[in-house]
Amino acid sequence: MLEFFHFKKDIPFMRWGKVTTAISLATFLFAVWALAYKGLDFGVDFTGGTVMQVNYPTAAPIEQIRADLAHAGFKDVSVQNFGTSRDVLIRMPVKAGMDNASLSNGVMAALKTNQPQAELRSVNFVGPEVGKELYQNGSLALLVVVAGILLYLALRFEWRFALAAIIANLHDVTIILGLFAFFQWEFNLTVLAGVLAILGYSVNESVVVFDRIRENLRKMRKDVPIPDIIDNAITATMSRTVITHGSTQMMVLSMLFFGGEALHNFALALTIGILFGIYSSVLVASPLLLMFGVKREHFIKPVEKKQEAVV
Amino acid sequence: MNRFPPWKYFVIAIALLVAFLYALPNFYGDKPAVQISPVKTTVKVDPAMLNQSLAILGQAKLPQTGAYIEGNSIKIRFPSADVQLKAKDALQAGLGPGYVVALNLLSASPQWLTRIHALPMYLGLDLRGGVYFLLETDMQAALAKTLGRDRGEMRTQLRQDQIRYGGVDLKGEQLVIHFATRDQRDAAAAKLTESFNDLNFVSSETASEFLLTAALKPQAVTQIEQLTLQQNITTLRNRVNELGVAEPVIQQQGADRIVVQLPGVQDTAKAKEILGRTASLEIRMVDDQGDLQAALHGQVPPGDDLLYTRGGQPILVKKDVILTGDSIDNASPGFDSQTGQPAVYIDLDARGARVFKDVTRDNVGRRLAILLVERSGAQVITAPVIREEIGGGRVQITGMDSPQEASDIALLLRAGALAAPMNIIEERTVGPSLGADNIRQGFHSNIWGFVAVVLFMSLYYRVFGIISSVSLAINGFFLVALLSMLQATLTLPGLAGIALTLGMAIDANVLINERIREELRHGSTPQAAIHAGYERAWATILDSNLTTLIAGLALFWLGSGPVRGFAVVLCLGILTSMFSAVTVSRAMVNLYYGRRPRLAKVHI
Repeated sequence: MLEFFHFKKDIPFMRWGKVTTAISLATFLFAVWALAYKGLDFGVDFTGGTVMQVNYPTAAPIEQIRADLAHAGFKDVSVQNFGTSRDVLIRMPVKAGMDNASLSNGVMAALKTNQPQAELRSVNFVGPEVGKELYQNGSLALLVVVAGILLYLALRFEWRFALAAIIANLHDVTIILGLFAFFQWEFNLTVLAGVLAILGYSVNESVVVFDRIRENLRKMRKDVPIPDIIDNAITATMSRTVITHGSTQMMVLSMLFFGGEALHNFALALTIGILFGIYSSVLVASPLLLMFGVKREHFIKPVEKKQEAVV
Repeated sequence: MNRFPPWKYFVIAIALLVAFLYALPNFYGDKPAVQISPVKTTVKVDPAMLNQSLAILGQAKLPQTGAYIEGNSIKIRFPSADVQLKAKDALQAGLGPGYVVALNLLSASPQWLTRIHALPMYLGLDLRGGVYFLLETDMQAALAKTLGRDRGEMRTQLRQDQIRYGGVDLKGEQLVIHFATRDQRDAAAAKLTESFNDLNFVSSETASEFLLTAALKPQAVTQIEQLTLQQNITTLRNRVNELGVAEPVIQQQGADRIVVQLPGVQDTAKAKEILGRTASLEIRMVDDQGDLQAALHGQVPPGDDLLYTRGGQPILVKKDVILTGDSIDNASPGFDSQTGQPAVYIDLDARGARVFKDVTRDNVGRRLAILLVERSGAQVITAPVIREEIGGGRVQITGMDSPQEASDIALLLRAGALAAPMNIIEERTVGPSLGADNIRQGFHSNIWGFVAVVLFMSLYYRVFGIISSVSLAINGFFLVALLSMLQATLTLPGLAGIALTLGMAIDANVLINERIREELRHGSTPQAAIHAGYERAWATILDSNLTTLIAGLALFWLGSGPVRGFAVVLCLGILTSMFSAVTVSRAMVNLYYGRRPRLAKVHI
């Protein structure tokens, strides 16, 4: 049988706890620094404004476009290539006291005076008020997901497990956001959806490991120390962890390569999330669990009955 | 041990059959078509109408591949986009302006599938191209309009009841009436409370005068807001009908917002202009006695507005409105019979015609201003001198720059005025070519990712890997079928969601397969290992899927537009994956291995 991971002995993950925690802390602090100093590059979904995508039959004359727009009286316009040399992205901030909704019509008219073949591919206009609402709803969604998962894990396992899992996953989310801030990749609604999906998805990972820990706590002899129990659980699920994440990653990479510009940042967020998800569930969640002082007694009797009921 | 009772196989077979049937229409693709609907909702489409349309096509020698009535419209399919365009023009010319002929795409799936309501997935605007607008109604303006009307009526009533008053002011959302004595104020309060049910009256005094303050009751405010929104929706619907869009969506969102979705609209700038314009028509008198020079220096005579004509000439116009767009029955573009200039002909309703007749009779020799009131302000289209009394309710307006403009103005007037101005607060436009690109890219993401996963699984887990791959493909079918059945909107993030759920769905199979391997390693017999593997993995699968489901539900609840499309796919995908990865794959394993009691080796 083809096997990537077959370990004769359990890997002493918990003994490396200090090192891994230090690494996690360092990446986490880096992410927080990037968020604080650079900040996320919010897209129009959240800031409000207009983004237009315009296609040209040949390479887009960026300088000409800038000149045409300046000539027509559009200020604060950013023009850049998007995906290919024939596509340009034109961004304009919201201006107070103007009919922002009709900006795109004016821009298109200005572009067509010199380049009648210019084709409007898309317009996204978001009013400042709507942007604020989308931002609020997004933040609320993040809170709801965190609270929902916390509650579910606390009911299904125990509060220590829930807390350890959610911290590990918020660590992932912070790193995704930190990287988006550091590289100034645009953060829009779709990326937010990706981040929330990752939050739900990477909790899976912790759940699988925790499931095994719980099973081991019940099954293994009483004199086996807790760190060994955890090591055994991680080692046993290692193969599965890498394979499932690998499969999901294949799908996501396919999206990154074939999905075009519209899905690019979404796929990017998922890629980072999945990679760090593997790391954090093994090397962040489990040491945390140990730190919170998980004990055999937390599981032996009362949960046994519940388990029956659920299955 | 690893056998299902026959009914389980039966249920799975039925589920597969249904999924196959409902996923099928998605593979037929689209055919160009036109959709004919009457402009007025009161007009019904009947088979005679269908025959007439077919006769028009026959005369123009344009082939069609199927025609039928659906809802209150006729749909006709054509073999090519070229014929479709020609047919649209022929039909529009043949049927006249009472009908809207819109280009459309119809599923090419056979009739029997349509009959069991097996339809292709409903594509969102980011995949099929089109415009999405979110419009917000200016309720403040609607309330001010109501109060303004009440103010006029109050004046009339106080005059009729011979109660002396110092004036009625509109201050914010209140009307303040000034009185010199307490008795006058109290008398007015008694009378007005009786006749203005929608207003709350409060009395107060200052050192010099007695005041009566009127404000709209909360329930009146709610009612006005609802009516305003309703009228705006109706007006938008009329305008959209005039634009000729095949499947427009116009719905209320929240208390003061309206969503407009126009799939497949090519000329987005025009759509935005027609929808966004708050044009309403007002007819007022020109104040030729007023001092125009003083007005230009900021001293506009009370009761007048300083406005500009299209040519930029200043003009003083009385504030009193003689007629509004509400009195318009019909408006059509044309040309002035004498000068040949573009013109708009307006037919007034009975009341409007009467008022117009009286006004023109009393004001011969004076000037009348016809105003187009938009969000940016009012503009005088034309200010002709009244030569004689105009009866019959037919009014001609000239002063347009081009025939195109005349026809746009006629459209706006015909479609009715908005009850209150509206602002576009969100716009998402996707051109048709980008929509097609999005579909292609979303599809490729899925296919290549799927191929990679299948290759890997088959190499790594062999027979069980193939079984996992087949159940993954079945999962894809289930998901597509479910999305088609529910007619949930599929967006680009939704397509990404399909890829993501397929990637995540394999997790369940990996969990099971790893468990089976582990059981085998511990020395279980193959049959026992399979059994234990499925049983033990189930709890873990449930847990891990439920956490993702929580995220999906939160996104569905709080997300909007395309993100909601992603959430729908995510939630449905989790449900289908639990069924296909656990039950369907188990059925396959049971069929393959379950019948062999002396199974010595499994390929995993």
